[in-house]
Amino acid sequence: MSAARIRQRLLAAVFAFTMLGAVALAFAVDNTPQFADPVLQARYYGLTHELRCMQCQSEALADSNVGLAADLRMEVHKLIESGKSDVEIRDFMVARYSEFILLRPRMSLRNLWLWAAPGLLLIAGIVVALRVLRRRAQLPISDDEVS
Amino acid sequence: MLVELGHFAMILALALSAAQAFFGLTGAALKRERWMSVATSAVTGQFLFLALGTATLVHAFVVNDFSVKYVANHSNSALPLFYRVAALWGAHEGSLLLWICVLGVWSIAVAWRGAKLPPDYLARVLGVLGVVSFGFLLFLLTTSNPFERLLPAAIDGADLNPQLQDFAMAIHPPILYAGYVGMSVSFAFACAAMLEGRRDHLWAHWQRPWTVMAWAFLSCGIALGSWWAYYVLGWGGWWAWDPVENASFMPWLAGTALIHSLIVTDKRGLFKSWTLLLSVAVFSLSLLGTFLVRSGVLNSVHSFAADPARGIFILSFLVLMIGGALALYAWRAPSLGSDVGFEMVSRESFILFNNILLAVATAVVFGGTLAPMIADTLGLGTLSVGPPYFNPSFLVPTLPLVALLSVGIHARWRRGQLSLSKQRLLGTLAIALVVGLGIVYGIYGSTRLMTPIGAVLGIWIILSSLVDPLLQLRKRIALPAGVLGMTVAHIGVGIFVLGITFVESSTIERDIALAQGQSHTIGGYEFRFLGVENMEGPNFDGVRGHVIVSQGSKVVADLHPDKRRYFVQGTVTTKAAIGAQWNRDLLAALGEDLGSNSWSLRLQYRPMIRFVWLGAAIMALGGVMTLFDRRYRTAPVAATANTQTTGDPVQAST
Repeated sequence: MSAARIRQRLLAAVFAFTMLGAVALAFAVDNTPQFADPVLQARYYGLTHELRCMQCQSEALADSNVGLAADLRMEVHKLIESGKSDVEIRDFMVARYSEFILLRPRMSLRNLWLWAAPGLLLIAGIVVALRVLRRRAQLPISDDEVS
Repeated sequence: MLVELGHFAMILALALSAAQAFFGLTGAALKRERWMSVATSAVTGQFLFLALGTATLVHAFVVNDFSVKYVANHSNSALPLFYRVAALWGAHEGSLLLWICVLGVWSIAVAWRGAKLPPDYLARVLGVLGVVSFGFLLFLLTTSNPFERLLPAAIDGADLNPQLQDFAMAIHPPILYAGYVGMSVSFAFACAAMLEGRRDHLWAHWQRPWTVMAWAFLSCGIALGSWWAYYVLGWGGWWAWDPVENASFMPWLAGTALIHSLIVTDKRGLFKSWTLLLSVAVFSLSLLGTFLVRSGVLNSVHSFAADPARGIFILSFLVLMIGGALALYAWRAPSLGSDVGFEMVSRESFILFNNILLAVATAVVFGGTLAPMIADTLGLGTLSVGPPYFNPSFLVPTLPLVALLSVGIHARWRRGQLSLSKQRLLGTLAIALVVGLGIVYGIYGSTRLMTPIGAVLGIWIILSSLVDPLLQLRKRIALPAGVLGMTVAHIGVGIFVLGITFVESSTIERDIALAQGQSHTIGGYEFRFLGVENMEGPNFDGVRGHVIVSQGSKVVADLHPDKRRYFVQGTVTTKAAIGAQWNRDLLAALGEDLGSNSWSLRLQYRPMIRFVWLGAAIMALGGVMTLFDRRYRTAPVAATANTQTTGDPVQAST
């Protein structure tokens, strides 16, 4: 069975099962050589977890067994080795594959709504809660309802 | 022939669901008792036909009838019997059938248990359930018929996806569905109250136990899915913020808000319209979870068109159900205001914050899940949203939620009187600080800010939940089941928080190549690779590795990770081997054969991961315990809001 067929089957399986609250993923152990320097290894670990596998539904580069993901892991390894910074590596990947490859969307103007949403929602929620509280605090507290 | 009979039974079930909807709703509106009783009979009849139809399909799976298309596509003669039965919900059509069957079971439970409800209210509840059932059955029969024949019959089946050939996965769908579908029962109670135009809040008392039950199922279902992902997918993660996981998590978050707001509505007659809106929201999110993810719309807007008939049906059904419910809400909500007050600091105000924060949490997950689609539709380019976004964003609402819990459970109704509990709150906080910081810096030694915060809050929740019930027990005051259940559920939250805190901050994961006999040490555990051997299963073959883990000179785990190749689909799956202990898991997974007895392996040390699922299970247990409270056994019609006496499930009354 060709790789494309397998992928197609897998994708079909993924769609067949999406309803059940868990996805069938293809998992892999990373065969890329390790860095001797723990700092570089930690950077490699971080980067391969925040870049996505381009062909999978929602898997980080680090966890995917798709061929392209293995190639990209090797690419990340080489870039770190050649002294590139994390920012440079991310830029390189985005230039090649668009922002789709970043599991952590960039904090750009275009993505501002996404990053600002949790904070803004929280503030809005607190404002609403305080208004309800203020109104309720002025109403009579009936004592007969709860024992 | 049997399968055709089953198909016919489903058509009869469809007709009965229509009768249930019509006679239930119009019977109640026109106050015709006999019409209303038809609705009840229709529930029983529908259930029988659903059971018959499903049984014929199960039979087809058991006897390997590959002339049935669905069986041919998702089963195989070499598949063990247990999985042949579980293969019924192994794909779209069958899982839809399962959904409908679960609804049938819930409906019949409502019809039986609801005998004490006012007849017209019960008729409306069953009517709404009939509408839901009708929609699903119509969808099944017109677009996703599992009874379809395959001519000529296949010689053998295409097999069940190997990753689903697992016990947890076999029981995960029914339990998760019991949760999803249970939320439509909760929704039906809310709709019945709105349809009737009730001004009181008795419906909240009736709706509450059903909602709690559904919520408990949903909690267990999600936890099972997470556990399955953890050990079958083998990558050691327990939550990936995947759209599918999020789809089940959103109704849970909103459902958690709902079971709390129902308490306030039930006890104080407050937040009525908010509770109704939440009921609609939870149901809508369950429908979205069932439908939209499946349609592929969450992955790409374009794949929605892949099966236009299904897509259009789903969309129309969603619009009709949710739109109809919201219209009903808009009509009734204005008349539901109440003039009951409470102080700024009170049980009510804390539950209000609980609800607001959970609603924000739901919105954050919703936004993050749909963001790629939104960005695509608005022409903002492609976008991925993964754990690096969800983890910090989700903490924005949930950190205050967890921090407020301990204080909230000590606040009294109406007037908080927190000064009465000040000593106990500060005392438990002091112990939590000492123990929590001791564990973090004494044992795990983390440098991350969230670790000590999570540890202290988790322990504080457990201690502050325990302190009042323990003091009461010492005074030999019997605790109502409601209070016990609440205590247990909140302890579950504390355990859950502790689990997440430690597993997220102190996990060590390493992918490494090891030759036979070589070892690698992580976190003080030495993993020694002893090689692989061939293995054979009923429908797969593969290799089994052997890894021995020792700590010092003591062997602590003997691991056999395997890698299987399933014959029929040719798929290779890895099964991680896990050495579990209450406070840590040691994992080994096989990667690839690198030649000359050397393999790539993934080794992991995951502290306190068991606490995550244990916490979820304890939360669910707490929910179920509250159902045994006396106040649910007294005739609900007699118990008006003003005559509630004992057995108060949420008041920790010291």
